Amino acid sequence: MQEWHEIIIPSTPRARQQTEAQIMKIVGDRGFSEEARFSIKLAMEEAVTNAFKHGNRFDKNKKVIIRYSCNDKNFTLSVRDEGEGFDPSRIPDPTAPENLTLPYGRGIMLMNAYMDRVAFSPTGNEVTMVKENR
Amino acid sequence: MTEGGGTQGRLAVTEKSGVHVVHFLDRKILDESNIVEISKELFDLVEKKKGIKMCLNFGNVQYLSSTVLGKLITLNTRVNEDNGQLVLCAIRPQILEVFKITKLTKLFDIVDDEVTALSHFN
Repeated sequence: MQEWHEIIIPSTPRARQQTEAQIMKIVGDRGFSEEARFSIKLAMEEAVTNAFKHGNRFDKNKKVIIRYSCNDKNFTLSVRDEGEGFDPSRIPDPTAPENLTLPYGRGIMLMNAYMDRVAFSPTGNEVTMVKENR
Repeated sequence: MTEGGGTQGRLAVTEKSGVHVVHFLDRKILDESNIVEISKELFDLVEKKKGIKMCLNFGNVQYLSSTVLGKLITLNTRVNEDNGQLVLCAIRPQILEVFKITKLTKLFDIVDDEVTALSHFN
């Protein structure tokens, strides 16, 4: 049975740093491989950045709800913002030649590349990701 | 060989044979506040030295985010607009993989180490 933890943070850098450090410590203590830890850290960073920037529009009064579950075999993370949501299928391919010089738009791609499973809620303001410990 | 330079907050900058070699002092270029500071220092340097030859040494960097990639893209564009040259070097395999996955290896000049980077400019 999965044990879930929930942390609700304001959209501030300090709150995210503390939360991410706390989660990475748990992942480390569970013996996740270096590759898995790198992947989780990167994907979590991208998800929270998107929640702050695109979801909550840097409104410090808006919250980001982070839920996670971690055992020896896998780590699941869910990040939800208080924004209106979006359609992730409409994000342009950042690797297309015409998009390579755009300074944005790579966060979701990196989440998909580094995590084993990534899914968005129907409204798009929550992303859930899973990484297996290999 | 001319050497000189110093530390500007988040960066250590030295000049070697007309090339500005920049080392990042932060191992984790992730959070917004340090990205903003690092970007400012880099762009200030490019602004002061039009046509700059710049080598970014990533040897100390263990993590970076897509926000940093975006800043590097903008930096690359600015350097090229001023007829300068930007080379990235000493990128750890895990970080290099991020560049490969995002196909940014097609956009940036990336070499293995600083010695190779310096000869790249010549």
